[in-house]
Amino acid sequence: MKRKKALVALAGQPNSGKSTVFNALTGASQHVANYPGVTVEKMTGSYRHDGAKVEVVDLPGTYSLTSYSLEERVSRDFLLHEKPSLVVNVADASNLKRNLYLTFQLLELEIPVVVDLNMMDVAERRDIEIDTKELSRQLGAAVVPTAIKTGRGKKKLLESIHVASRSKQVCEPFRIDYGSMESFLSEVEERVSAETAIAASYPSRWLAVKLMEGDSEARRLARKHLLGPDEILAFVEEKRKEFESKHAEKPEKHIAFRRYQVADTISKSALKRQTVVSSQFLSDKADRFICNRFLGPVILVGVIYLLYYLSIVQGYNLTNYTWPLLAKLRSLTESILPNPGFIEEPVIRALTLWFVDSINALLNYVPIFFILFGLIAILEDSGYMPRMAFILDRLFQRFGLHGQSTLPMVLGGIYVGGCAVPAVMSCKGIPDEKARMATILTIPMLNCLAKVPLYVLLINIYFAQHKGLAMFFISTVTLLMVLPMAKILTHTVLKDKESAPFIMEMPPYHVPTIRGVLGRAVQRVWLFIRKIITIVAAIAIILFVLLLFPGLSDERKVYYSTQKDHATAKFYKKVEGNPYAEHVQGKNLMALVIYWDKYKKAKMTAKGKEAARAINKKFKEENPVFFKIVQPKKDKDAKKVTRAFKKVFSARKKLLREIKKEKIDNSFLGRLGQAMVPFTQWAGFNWRVNVSLLASFAAKESSVATLGALYQQEEEGESLEKRMEKGEEGFTPLHGLALMLFMALYPPCVATSIMIKVQTGQIRWLIFSMIVPTVLGIFVATLVFSGGNLLGLSGLQAMFAFYGLALATTIGTGFVKNR
Amino acid sequence: MTLDRMKPGAECCVNKLTAEDRLGQRLMDLGVYPGLRLKVVRNAPLEDPMELELEGYYVSIRHEEARFVEVEQQ
Repeated sequence: MKRKKALVALAGQPNSGKSTVFNALTGASQHVANYPGVTVEKMTGSYRHDGAKVEVVDLPGTYSLTSYSLEERVSRDFLLHEKPSLVVNVADASNLKRNLYLTFQLLELEIPVVVDLNMMDVAERRDIEIDTKELSRQLGAAVVPTAIKTGRGKKKLLESIHVASRSKQVCEPFRIDYGSMESFLSEVEERVSAETAIAASYPSRWLAVKLMEGDSEARRLARKHLLGPDEILAFVEEKRKEFESKHAEKPEKHIAFRRYQVADTISKSALKRQTVVSSQFLSDKADRFICNRFLGPVILVGVIYLLYYLSIVQGYNLTNYTWPLLAKLRSLTESILPNPGFIEEPVIRALTLWFVDSINALLNYVPIFFILFGLIAILEDSGYMPRMAFILDRLFQRFGLHGQSTLPMVLGGIYVGGCAVPAVMSCKGIPDEKARMATILTIPMLNCLAKVPLYVLLINIYFAQHKGLAMFFISTVTLLMVLPMAKILTHTVLKDKESAPFIMEMPPYHVPTIRGVLGRAVQRVWLFIRKIITIVAAIAIILFVLLLFPGLSDERKVYYSTQKDHATAKFYKKVEGNPYAEHVQGKNLMALVIYWDKYKKAKMTAKGKEAARAINKKFKEENPVFFKIVQPKKDKDAKKVTRAFKKVFSARKKLLREIKKEKIDNSFLGRLGQAMVPFTQWAGFNWRVNVSLLASFAAKESSVATLGALYQQEEEGESLEKRMEKGEEGFTPLHGLALMLFMALYPPCVATSIMIKVQTGQIRWLIFSMIVPTVLGIFVATLVFSGGNLLGLSGLQAMFAFYGLALATTIGTGFVKNR
Repeated sequence: MTLDRMKPGAECCVNKLTAEDRLGQRLMDLGVYPGLRLKVVRNAPLEDPMELELEGYYVSIRHEEARFVEVEQQ
């Protein structure tokens, strides 16, 4: 007979070691997803015991099972509707009383419970001794003492899960004596259980307690399943009022207090010994420094600096090693694609390379992300995160944000060089919905890494005399736009979002485990790759089409074709009568172009003499005649051909660039850029700038690359700075400043947009997060450019003026009272 | 007296919870109930929030929220 698969749910309060238990049970077979429809992370895994498969679902850590927070609702819905065969309640043995508060609520759901009394080692160190037999007797559930971190008790836990999930015997459910409320409860229970429909799906006593608590979810269930819901709900409301007037206490409070009283009694009877020492002796000592008025902020800045330094600076250095791998991937792809023609490129080749380039641009970030995610895991596991929130809450609260907005802001680039993708991902932990949304929506306005190349380009052209100052301006001014924006959002579109109390536990410090940290980093990087790749691929293809079509007119095609013939004819004339001439006729000329290209590329990546010699040998073997032309040495005839070939080679390059430029000019995107000029001219953007901004949508790095394609090289090796300066003679530093500010407020990239969709759960917030920065960006750029022109300000003066304005707005909005 | 007026180092006993709904529930979930003895450990560097010790664990709370806990100083 095939045995049914067992489904086990893990429940427990935060900091009870639940995730360690989950890891210990399921090992490597874990899977992360979101609960359907909401953004709470759902971890599932499985293991085998006695040949049977056991599925484990890790419920979010919660103190209680009310319907006030998303995590609690999700946990409770899972327990009620998915009907797991068993709940393993992970409880912190050193904090028994508070943990029992949740245990009671699980027991009341009348699902078999195994209590895993975890962190026994910590409890023992604090000289706490618990009589597990007595506890088990009182709760009517198995109690297994463990110290999962060290592996102690794991076998026993597995055994108990096995036994409890197989046992068919129905034992008397655990009941809390709610004292003076008992008579009210039994009246409600009687009314509810008269309805067979609901009594079959939900424990009637549980429903009675929840209804007396005034729980909104319970009322919804009642409305859905009861036959005469209004009548019963009115009855419950009457009973609630009656209780309150009789006992001068809200029923929900009475219930909670009773639970604590019972928890107190039970824990007292189970505790054999407890010395009254502060349980967080060492952590408290550490906090004297870490949360100190003067030292605290200094340490915080140090930690943030280290986070930047390790992930952004060192991670960027790491890309020096990983980029060649990606480049190799590209050249590998290139080698299997059809070769380009003299002036025409096969569409499949162009598209595939564009595609690989787009994906590579994102994969290049993987080392940075890996380090970043690892460091975040360390911050989370060590217990420093709540301290960060504690120190900065006051400041952020003034702008409608939350102490826990600190980490996302730091990751997003509070100074310069963050990344919005992990920043938006890390917003998940913010309990205050209003602050969480405001943080998610404003993070893209911070300075991510990809905005930097354009800043550097513009500063080098237009603020060459004041590079440091200009860089400082753009690095810090974004925060001065983010804070007022957050305040405005929380007072307008987000004003109806739920706001949560700050109250937060400050758990004792822990030393993070290598396994936990690496595991989480790998998991999150993988999640990022999986989510991003497909969508980025789709967008890349759309952009490709928009940039290359409709393409050249027939007339222009003919023109370029004659240009090509002209160039090749010149070449053949020069090599006439040369012994090598017969080898470069017809198709062979193109073959030589490709050979030459490959050889130069191979030489460029070769390191050391040995490698160069090997490349020479390989190319000589491949085609000895071409090799002579590439490396003529003292062969005079070959030298002649080489010289002529170099000319035709660069003529081809020039033609290709011209064609590319014309294609972009003509393309849908190019036309859109031109059509936008009436709107953007007041901000100082001409159509070329518009096109490069439009093309940056997939990834902002491409802004500079597109400008590179638009401002052509006249001489070999001319820098883009020079080319742009020459190409736009009418541009002033005001143009540069306006463009920099627009880039700062640029709408989120594709990867970030997807994260915004994932974290907010709604497509309309994605659209919102696109439109608002664009409008604001145009407004700011217009203000700076037209305003500066009107007042006759220089670029630098306009910069100071805008900084002053942003600072004043920030301070001003900081004083507006929160609702 | 309400909890927000307690100074760091003060020890007190909870008399009554005037908070309701979400705030009240959250306080109860974290173990604040009449009869509980707690200690104010410190204020944050910018004064707000404050950190409390209750029965061996630590909790941070904004002053504005602590207004809804009535206490008696001991």
